[in-house]
Amino acid sequence: MNFEAIKSIYVFEMARLRRTLLQSVISPVITTSLYFIVFGTAIGSRIQTVEGVSYGSFITPGLIMLTLLTQCISNGSIGIYFPKFTGTIYEILSAPVAMTEIIVGYVGAAATKGLIIGLIILATASFFVDIHIAHPFMMVLFLVLTAVTFSMFGFIIGIWAKNFEQLNVIPMLVVPPLTFLGGSFYSINMLPPFWQTVSHFNPVLYLVSGFRWSFYEIADVNPMVSLGMITLFLVICLSILGWIFKTGYRLRN
Amino acid sequence: MASVVSIDKLTKTYENGFQALKGIDLEIEEGEILALLGPNGAGKTTLISIICGLVNPSTGKVMVGGHDVIRDFRQTRSLIGLVPQELTTDMFETVWNTVSFSRGVYGKKPDPALVERVLKELSLWNKKDNMLRELSGGMKRRVMIAKALAHEPKILFLDEPTAGVDVNLRREMWQLVEKLRESGVTIILTTHYIEEAEEIADRVGVINGGKLLLIEEKAALMKKLGRKQLRLELSEPLKVLPESLAAYNLTLSEDGTALIHEYQGEEGQGTIASLLSTLAAQDIHFRDLSTRQSSLEDIFVALVGEDA
Repeated sequence: MNFEAIKSIYVFEMARLRRTLLQSVISPVITTSLYFIVFGTAIGSRIQTVEGVSYGSFITPGLIMLTLLTQCISNGSIGIYFPKFTGTIYEILSAPVAMTEIIVGYVGAAATKGLIIGLIILATASFFVDIHIAHPFMMVLFLVLTAVTFSMFGFIIGIWAKNFEQLNVIPMLVVPPLTFLGGSFYSINMLPPFWQTVSHFNPVLYLVSGFRWSFYEIADVNPMVSLGMITLFLVICLSILGWIFKTGYRLRN
Repeated sequence: MASVVSIDKLTKTYENGFQALKGIDLEIEEGEILALLGPNGAGKTTLISIICGLVNPSTGKVMVGGHDVIRDFRQTRSLIGLVPQELTTDMFETVWNTVSFSRGVYGKKPDPALVERVLKELSLWNKKDNMLRELSGGMKRRVMIAKALAHEPKILFLDEPTAGVDVNLRREMWQLVEKLRESGVTIILTTHYIEEAEEIADRVGVINGGKLLLIEEKAALMKKLGRKQLRLELSEPLKVLPESLAAYNLTLSEDGTALIHEYQGEEGQGTIASLLSTLAAQDIHFRDLSTRQSSLEDIFVALVGEDA
């Protein structure tokens, strides 16, 4: 194991976070605060409670997930896409580094950034609404698994993307609708039966539901099913990465 | 001498069907400076990329330091430093960080003293805190070399090191290459500047169309293929070449003012003495003489000229 290399990539990527502090940290915090003001305070004050929890508190886990997914995917994809774009990737590809070490470095850094931002948003939320975490261990587990899985997903996008448009299409066009329709702002029990069934095909539903359960013990699907689904996504991403590195897809051809 | 890189029947066909390498066999000896010459698109960069692990070969085998570049990539890549052709840099990083990063990804423990020495050798020390985007093209080229040297490689690949580089920097690079060789580093450079190969290489290989056309000691190559020319400027123009001089390989210039004698390498030395005494005996006087040796460029053009 080339630990020096993992450390170098990780530190290098984290340094990018420091350089882009404004964009990476401040902007999600401001966006989330706006959600709380609009949905939590302005509109939410007219909604009484959702399954016994105040609306502002109810949406907090969903908002954290929304930011976590977006951040992990963008950080994971930019981290590997940018060297590919500038050409500096030659160095990593010609270094005595195994592909697994490259992933651990990049995905580790992207997930760390996502987690930091997620926790900052949790802290921000606590200024606006009451937060109660019923299962702290499960909360952290959901958070970490999601961060790692979606950073890997971002990494895959970064390797696949041939231009900036392709790079942004998933975090900009796919993730927000899935998150909004995945029960971030409502419980799917509020939906007509047909749309409840449709929602079960939305992977984000499982993430949000499980994560919310760790806070308030209310869930759209069984938390163990949520955990199983996240693990399944993780395994899918790992398999795709395994295939990419075996074949050198878009890296060594 | 032991070979440090050995390439056996190497081919590469890209996904789009382009066959960049058509069976290359090459032994690179430890401590030598090998120049690979060839026109653009000849396959030089593909060859280097395969040795360095950037491109997977289609068939064939490459061993570096006795290890297979695919199976034992950790051993082989640790030995190699690569300065690619394109100036690719992390624009927003500082010189110091990017060079230290290079050392790290090669698995070496941080060594600020070594990084300092490398930067000083490349006259980059006073730029160490500058962002790369603030540097000139020549400075960026130096940074790329510093990055390649940061992990103390035993084999250094320089892909077109002096493309777009001014004369001073080119001289400096040649000096650096010489210095590295003295410290035991094997250097492989690709170039299409013949004078570069002529100046610094021990051996010269010519690649064209994915094939290694020739590989030879530079001196031997010049001797074997290099033609020499003796030109005698005559005091009195001649109308025709005198019969008595027919034994020598001579041509008369169009205006009859000069005699040109062509010969191959050293074989001509004896003939020249007898030519000159024959001329004196014939009362043909000359006011000036010059000799010219054909350069690698001429050799190169002769080799690849037809299809380059």
